[in-house]
Amino acid sequence: MSLRVKDVVCPFCGCLCDDIVVYVENDEIKEVENACKFGAHRFLAVKKHRIKAPMVREGQEFKEVSYDEAIKRAVEILTKAKKPLLYGFSSTSCEVHEVAIELAELLGAVIDNTASVCHGPSVLAVQEVGYPSVTLGEVKNRADLVIYWACNPMHAHPRHMSRYSLFPRGMFTDKGKLERFLVVVDVRRTETAEIADLFVKVKPGYDFEVLNALRTILNKGDIPHEEIGGVKKETLMELAERMKNCQFGILFFGVGLTMSRGKHRNIAEAIKLVRDLNRYTKFSIMAMRGHYNVTGFNEVSSWETGYPFAVDFTRGYPWYNPGETDANSLLQSKDVDAVLVIASDPAAHFPRESVRYLAKIPLIVIDPFESLTSRIADIVIPSKVVGIEAEGSAYRMDAVPLRLKKVIEAKGLLSDLEIMERILEGVKRKLSSKSEIAVKM
Amino acid sequence: MEFILISGRTMHQGETLHQKCSEEYMKACAICEMNPEDMKELGVKDGDVVRVKSEAGEVNVYVKPCEGLDRGIVFIPMGPWANAVVPAGTDSTGMPSFKGIKVRIEKADGRVLRGDELVRRYEFEG
Repeated sequence: MSLRVKDVVCPFCGCLCDDIVVYVENDEIKEVENACKFGAHRFLAVKKHRIKAPMVREGQEFKEVSYDEAIKRAVEILTKAKKPLLYGFSSTSCEVHEVAIELAELLGAVIDNTASVCHGPSVLAVQEVGYPSVTLGEVKNRADLVIYWACNPMHAHPRHMSRYSLFPRGMFTDKGKLERFLVVVDVRRTETAEIADLFVKVKPGYDFEVLNALRTILNKGDIPHEEIGGVKKETLMELAERMKNCQFGILFFGVGLTMSRGKHRNIAEAIKLVRDLNRYTKFSIMAMRGHYNVTGFNEVSSWETGYPFAVDFTRGYPWYNPGETDANSLLQSKDVDAVLVIASDPAAHFPRESVRYLAKIPLIVIDPFESLTSRIADIVIPSKVVGIEAEGSAYRMDAVPLRLKKVIEAKGLLSDLEIMERILEGVKRKLSSKSEIAVKM
Repeated sequence: MEFILISGRTMHQGETLHQKCSEEYMKACAICEMNPEDMKELGVKDGDVVRVKSEAGEVNVYVKPCEGLDRGIVFIPMGPWANAVVPAGTDSTGMPSFKGIKVRIEKADGRVLRGDELVRRYEFEG
């Protein structure tokens, strides 16, 4: 049987493009329309590099086991641990987040998502100075000045410019690119910088100074230096003038700001610049969120616990202190004794010091695909690919929720949601039997 | 020679994201992009192995020319090779310093390890 499924939401990056067309024949994806290279690969290669069966490690070898056995052992690890960490969540659905937060509370665990290694500092800045943001639809319809600061959408969000910011014709921007001015600010001349109307090259680690200089020009009219952070005063004056005089400006920023010297201070300064610009014109700011549902976890966690990531339940109530309760700080200070990783690959994306400890403690991995974390795990549980083999909810980078579709069946596999629900049930049973024993004694 | 290291996403890294134990992922991420003038001074050509060292550790990667980088700055795609030299600590934010790392780079004779070989070594490191 062949099917043409339209309006499919792409489960890859924070763009969550919802215009994908997928052609399915006998449960095989044959063709994909409208997707970028990442998205097309996600759909067309969905059956490659998969974890074939649940596994447990015995010595240096993995042994295939049943789902029941793998989940039973995962429950044992989690209930034995004094302080387990639940981590990942950015490539799975909000429904999974909800169950995971309940599990974390029940276990007295710490729960964190990949925001802590991408836009965690942005969240810290937003909590300090607010977030004058918009939706991507507003940007498409109105923006005549588009700034990409410390990000490279050509490589990280390939359809961002064509779908939302630079090229599309909007309600008040009906000439598309001809009516928009593109500024790229970065430490290197990226492919995105190549197509910019103005490229501003900043010395690595000097974004705060450049943002602060722009604020000074806006507020005082001048700066007492000829160059700031490798950028000439004339360029800064020109940029400030353009920002003031546009009709609708948008500043998209990437992890070039969050991961460099200054971290959350860089973002706070960028937000303050946008705040200052609103005295002259309409200006907004938006983080270029990476994983397709990293925003979703922050949303769910905020409404469930009051905090967006790095939530510690060891006190019996939610406690939030990034720098202490985030995954890397916990691993580097050896302050957790078991980890459950779902829909993420910290062994590939954490610094050496964190991975060294992660490799030595009991580790459970839930993922559809082979990952480096699965190679150092003790229990590996395969799952369906959310957005292709299982449905669910996800939040786009502008916090617009979208429904992910199921386009093919994945027989014999459980979804992330089913696995997490079974683990939760197992933990509840184990903890209630423990408390019954304690009562009898 | 001393450099400032930036790590980050690339198209090829994103494409090979779900085949991390493969040679393709290694070819996409175990590379160090460098200004051609710096390569000349270091005495290396496209595809040579270089050793990148920081206070956190060292790693072997393939060097590749990149005109878009200023002299003194190198780029390694995000992944276990870049992370092998990312220092510990998060400046009390939870965020490691993945960009702007001081490194020393020299020509090397050693082999470049595959991603899974690299992380499995951590099981035995003290």
